[in-house]
Amino acid sequence: MKYLSEYRDPEVVTHLLDEIKRITTRPWTIMEVCGGQTHSLVKNGIIELLPAFISMVHGPGCPVCVTPQSLIDKAIWLAEEKGVILCSYGDMIRVPGNRKSLLESKAAGADVRILYSPLEAVNIAKENPDKEVVFFAVGFETTAPANALSVIHAQQIGLTNYSILTSHVLVPPAIEAIVSDPGNVVQGFLGAGHVCSIMGIHEYYPIVEKYKIPIVITGFEPVDLLHGIYMLVKQLEAGEYKLENQYSRVVEDEGNLAARATIDEVFEIADREWRGIAVIPDSGYELKEDYSIYDANKKFDVPDTVPSNENECMAGEILRGKLKPLQCPHFGKKCTPLHPLGAPMVSSEGACAAYYHFSNTTEK
Amino acid sequence: MSGSIENISHFQLTCPMPTFDFTTINLGHGSGGILSQRLLNSGVFDVLKNDLLNERHDGAVFQLEGKLAFSTDSYVVSPIFFPGGNIGELAVNGTVNDLAMCGAKAKYLSLSFILEEGLRMDHFWEILHTIKKACDAADVQIITGDTKVVERGKGDQIFINTSGIGVVHPNALLGWKYIQPGDCIIINAPIAAHGIAIMSRRNGLEFESDIVSDTFPLHDSVGLLLDHLGDKVHFLRDATRGGLASVLNEIAGDGKTGVSIRQRDIPLDEQVSGACEMLGLDPLYVANEGIFVAMVAQEAAADAVALLRENGWPEACTIGELTTEHSGQVLLQSAIGGRRVVNMLPGEQLPRIC
Repeated sequence: MKYLSEYRDPEVVTHLLDEIKRITTRPWTIMEVCGGQTHSLVKNGIIELLPAFISMVHGPGCPVCVTPQSLIDKAIWLAEEKGVILCSYGDMIRVPGNRKSLLESKAAGADVRILYSPLEAVNIAKENPDKEVVFFAVGFETTAPANALSVIHAQQIGLTNYSILTSHVLVPPAIEAIVSDPGNVVQGFLGAGHVCSIMGIHEYYPIVEKYKIPIVITGFEPVDLLHGIYMLVKQLEAGEYKLENQYSRVVEDEGNLAARATIDEVFEIADREWRGIAVIPDSGYELKEDYSIYDANKKFDVPDTVPSNENECMAGEILRGKLKPLQCPHFGKKCTPLHPLGAPMVSSEGACAAYYHFSNTTEK
Repeated sequence: MSGSIENISHFQLTCPMPTFDFTTINLGHGSGGILSQRLLNSGVFDVLKNDLLNERHDGAVFQLEGKLAFSTDSYVVSPIFFPGGNIGELAVNGTVNDLAMCGAKAKYLSLSFILEEGLRMDHFWEILHTIKKACDAADVQIITGDTKVVERGKGDQIFINTSGIGVVHPNALLGWKYIQPGDCIIINAPIAAHGIAIMSRRNGLEFESDIVSDTFPLHDSVGLLLDHLGDKVHFLRDATRGGLASVLNEIAGDGKTGVSIRQRDIPLDEQVSGACEMLGLDPLYVANEGIFVAMVAQEAAADAVALLRENGWPEACTIGELTTEHSGQVLLQSAIGGRRVVNMLPGEQLPRIC
């Protein structure tokens, strides 16, 4: 496949691996921020190809994983108590809330629909004028433009039965939370390529400067990841800290200006709770006042659910890179994709799911 | 409703339809009364006619010689019409193929419909004719059947069950106990086309492509392998729901063997591969309807591949081997040389694909 097979070329991969081995003289701990990168690393068997000196820890870049349990409970409440058509990306459906998941809610009769795009939810609202339609808008900066666009579309066609339950989170505050943690072990970051394709790279300069830590914006294919690791190790070995862009074929410095404008039109920065981590100030989006009629939280006066007695899921440690999936005592025992304790075992971008699907079950 | 034929731009009946009293199926068509009779007389019996069915008894009475195989399957695919076929074709080929995997050539099928009130008569007619065509192609006869109608909302247009009886090839020695370490894993054609063809017509997800379902009867290909290679063929399995990955995991688990495959050798059509990338699906888990894997003794593997290639499967190839290492597990050598485990899919990647 053009523009893809080149980045999966075994010869280039071998060359990059040799180069990484050649320049690495001591142990380095690197975090790939995005869950998509985690999956690619594990799925392609890259982690075991890397020299033992390089330790990859897996970051918080899995939107489903960091969505607080209470929000899933709210979505279930909307579907069950308010009878809304609750639309969601597929990943979110199986994540357990306090009592159950949206999938269980659907099986019990709630109208829960799995969509690929929020614009489909707008169409559903159009076709069902007598029903309320809520889109469960989770995601990082990458899904924000489409979610924002759905609100703009709904407004343009005068829909009053569409709203979004938003749980948008932002990457830079998450990186900052990790790197400023006194127990931080991460020495360099592979930045999330697709988030930067929307937002550009400028937000990362202050982090690099303040914490003197290198960041390389990196893509998702094997060659991208190894090239990103190579660039990062090169900086680390030389004692440098710079912001570099490995994924320049997709990421422009300014990002996608149209997408950013769409986000700015609809959303504003707000504090946000990250599951298993904490409330991080200014770490998410919520709808601006002008668009508050599309905010499901306000529209339905969603009650705050009982504070979740967070179960034994160690998502907080996993998402901050303090624990690897295989080190979790529940991994593969109490916690499997079929009976997950938490989101990292469910989401297609969750680190635990990546290890579960693609690594040796006998070691689980 | 999902699966509506309005999704298909050019719906044309392949055979002219007789005049029925109604343009849609209603509860009366399953009542056993006059409407049922008319539907059966001018519809089902007329289209599918053969000596045994023409007896119109509660069951069929017949004689078969030799070792027999028996299999059953239900078909609930949505949408019911999709690029490259419809539910009727799946219902015939699916059971024919299940029998083929037992080393048998299907001889007779039963056919049961569960129709939802409101199903368009022309859709039913088209499906019926597809069933007839598929039966002819697979040289198999429908000899008994049943039709029930459920209220609107209690089904999804049409569900079909077929059961089949087949005669086992005299050379067939197939089963878990015959597989051996070193056996080659041979696949007949590129994977994942059926699941992606279905996805391309799912409501809310329609995308343009030339991808068509791979639904196809496999008995001839199996017959060919058994004719020429006999007991060198140790095990057969079609990779339907859950895709290639699930079948290989069943082989590893139930066969108590290690399965080792090479990603770069697994045939995958470029368009299908692109669609999988776009939808975030792993082609190893995407359903197929005309794809099978054969575990063949190492010394016969090249002949098996050559036979398949010369007989309609130009992309047949060996994708890996059975091994004494990592028993119970499927290990994949990734295209870039890394290794990973291919696990069973928890839950559904795509619901109602067959």
